[in-house]
This record gives sequence, structure tokens and C-alpha cells, in this order.
Amino acid sequence: MTQQFYVSPEQLMRDRADFARKGIGRGRSVIVLSCRDGIALVAENPSPSLHKLGEIYDRIAFAAVGKYNEFESLRQAGIRYADVRGYSYDREDVTARGLASVYAQSLGAVFTAESKPFEVELVVAEVGEQPAADHLYRLTFDGSIADEKGFVVMGGAAEAVVEVLRSSFSEDLDFPQAVRAAVHSLRRDGSTGAGPQLGPESLEVAVLDRDPEVARGTHRAFRRIGIPELETMLTSRESPV
Amino acid sequence: MPEEAAAAVARAASTSFSDHLGRHHPDLLASRSRVDFPASGAGPALAPHATTIVSLTFAGGVLMAGDRRATMGNVIASRHIEKVFPADMFSVLGIAGTAGIALDLTRLFQVELEHYEKIEGTRMSLDGKANRLAAMVRQNLPMALQGLAVVPLFAGYDTSRHEGRLFSFDVTGGRYEEQEHHSVGSGSAFARGSLKKLWKPNLDEASAVQVAVEALYDAADDDSATGGPDVVRELWPVVYTVNSAGTRRIPDRELERTARNVIASRSIAGREA
Repeated sequence: MTQQFYVSPEQLMRDRADFARKGIGRGRSVIVLSCRDGIALVAENPSPSLHKLGEIYDRIAFAAVGKYNEFESLRQAGIRYADVRGYSYDREDVTARGLASVYAQSLGAVFTAESKPFEVELVVAEVGEQPAADHLYRLTFDGSIADEKGFVVMGGAAEAVVEVLRSSFSEDLDFPQAVRAAVHSLRRDGSTGAGPQLGPESLEVAVLDRDPEVARGTHRAFRRIGIPELETMLTSRESPV
Repeated sequence: MPEEAAAAVARAASTSFSDHLGRHHPDLLASRSRVDFPASGAGPALAPHATTIVSLTFAGGVLMAGDRRATMGNVIASRHIEKVFPADMFSVLGIAGTAGIALDLTRLFQVELEHYEKIEGTRMSLDGKANRLAAMVRQNLPMALQGLAVVPLFAGYDTSRHEGRLFSFDVTGGRYEEQEHHSVGSGSAFARGSLKKLWKPNLDEASAVQVAVEALYDAADDDSATGGPDVVRELWPVVYTVNSAGTRRIPDRELERTARNVIASRSIAGREA
């Protein structure tokens, strides 16, 4: 019979966290920011069909970095959770806080009990009536949860991106300004260390409209921004950031 | 273990919300609740019953309209009920039969389509939607045999064929594509007669609304369970149109004008029918 070597719990957790962090750090960045028009989600993603951003419910969106198969199964589970809840109670009883807390439990359980932790980082975003009522929940691989204000940056080179974004971000931006600020910070314009050259075809952009009922006559706030619309957003110059 | 992982691929074939509910929350499905009263045909007197729905195609789209009455035996259970609903951006659903079950079916169907769209990232095809609805109607068959039947009418804009199409169903889950126009519910025989005379190819949207309101008026004229336009309470039929731009509910003031015109033209004519 082989004898198991003793590994201290501290060491075990540290190894797992390092492993997950390494996986996430390899990925491209995703930015979620709350602004005057709603919440803008911007991801560096060359694929037009394998999404990192997704719709969960009327006013709730999902953004992820890390391993596609892992966050995709979490995204689908989130949609099931939201739809079952909305069907059995009422549409307004589905909240980002509820979803974020079940995600946290699931990530936490996998981190401690399974042979390998999830190599993902998620944001669950909910758009409110005013910017102050927006919620951005950041969830990490170990199940910790943080209620962020303003904006969240995830993925590789997150610190460098945050540094650039902090200078151009404010809560009063409209969607084109917010998307431009996010793309500039992903490219890391005006800082040392050049970032990637990002055109509209290597970006995935979606928004949560603050008032979809008035804007588009629907209760679903989530909307993907296609390449033509994104091009006009990125090139419009009437208000430089 | 590898077999188990491979079996997950097969399980992923269905992204149906109602299948998910059936597996994990069966108590939430109305069709799974057991009703053990004898098949007496007492259903219509037990619970409100929704009545007439008409649907017709027009140039570039399809329209669906329903009256506002629900009955319980010989009593009017509701004068305000709405029986036509948008199912998603490009389709609408009208219901006739036991109102409680029908409204539940509608809600489930709406979530079903939205759920598919969110998980898959694309919309279901119009035929796919009609097939899903047929399967959901079939699940209600045991209740239908006890007198609590639901018969929907489904219409939508086919984004690949660029035309409006409409489908009728029976309680066994039969799905039938209808041409030009169709009607379901207690006043459907009268409405269909009216539609046959009034419908013409390539109607525009405004004339299609006129034809629908007139067909419902004729149904209400001869069927006691169908409500006509209520000028006292100012209640007008619910009318939705679907075309390449999506579903649109016809505003009440437009319907009021149309309904008042129908009533006025018939009183001026001063004839029996």
C-alpha cells in the first residue's frame, strides 16, 4: 500500500490558487463598466461565435475569462437558475445578488472539494434605474465574491488595463464614450508597454440598456453591438475621451 | 468515466426549458398535476374558459386577434381577459380553452423560446417553435380528456422564407399549417365564415385589422361565449401583428376607431345581418 505524503492545508490551497491564477492570467481581458446609459461589457475576443459575454435575464448579464468549457457550463447553469426562478416566482424576483451567491457557493465547493479548481473569473452585472443602483459582482475561482463600483477588469494584464482605464473613466459617460475608453485601455494607449492592436473584428461588445422598455419596447436590456455599430462607436469623434 | 462524459453530449441535444422543469422541478408543470375527478365534462363550468381567436395573413406578415370574454358555464367570468400574447420577437400565440391552463402554457412557452435563445445564442426556427408548442399541448392530453382542454393558435414571421405563417393544433399534439386564415374557440365557426368572405390576398395591415375586428364581431353576434366590442366599458379586442420588424400590438385608439366604424356601418345598413 502506498503512503500518502502529508500536505498542509495551507500549501494545498496555495497550490490550487496558483494553478487557477496561472490559467486565468493567460487569457485575454474583459472589462465591465457602469455608465450613464447602462452597463457596457467589452471583451477582447477574436471569435464572433464563442462568446465571453452573455445574457442571463431581463437586466442581468454575464462576463467571463478563463477556460471556455468551464465558464460556458456556468453560464448555462445561470440561465437555468434565472429562468426557473423567474417562472416559479416572478420576473422581478430574479436578482444578480441571488445568482452571484449561488455562483460563489458552486465555485467555492469546487475549489475545496474537486481535484481541480475552476480556472475562471466571472462578473454578474445588473443594470438599475440609475447608475447608483447598478450592481457588478466579481467572482473568483475560489468562490470569493466582491461587490464592485464603477468598473471591473478581469483576465491577463488586468493591472495595466485598470491603470489606463482609471484615468478616462467616469460615471457620466454614454455608451460610445464608455466603449472607447474600454478599448483604449485594452490597447493600453498612452502607457508604457504596448497592448494589442484591437480592431472591431477582434472585440466582443454588449450593453445592458438602462431603459429597454422605452428604447426598444422590450423588457430585455441585453443587446450585442455588431461590427458596423461598433465601428461607428469607435470612430465617432464628437466627444474625445 | 469517459462513457459518462460522452453521454453528456447526447443530453445536451435538448436545451428545452420545459424538459428541464420536468426533470428537476416537476411540480411547476401544470400538465403534471394529477386531477382525479371523473371525466364528467364539468370542466367548462368549473374554471373560466377562453373563447374565440382569429388569425389571418396579410402582405408581409400575419395578424392575430382575440375577443375579451371568458365564460364559466353560462356566466361571464371576465370581460377583460387577454388571450393573444407575443411569444417572442417574431411570433404570437392565441389561446382558447381552459383559461388557467392556457395562460400557464403561454408563460411556459414564452420562457421556453427565450431560454433557447439565450443558451444557443440564436433564435429557434418558426417550424421549431410550432413543434415545441405541439409537444407542450400533447403533454396536457390527460387533462384535455377530463374536459380541461387547451387549443392554441400560433402565428409568426418566418425570417428565412420572409412571409407570415400560421399553425393550428389539436389536443393530441397534432400540428397543422393553415393557409390564408384560421380561427379557434367557441365562436370559430362563425368567425371562419366571416373570414372567408372578407379575406383577400395582399391585404395591407390596416385592412387586415378591419377584417379581424369584423370577424370577431360576427362571432360575438352568434356565439354567446364570445364578447363583442364593449362601447360602454371601452374594451376592444386584443390585436397583434407580426412582420419583418417584429411583433406589434395595435394600440387601443386604432381599434376603437375600427370597432366603432364596424358598428356604425352595420347600424346604417339596418339589416338583420
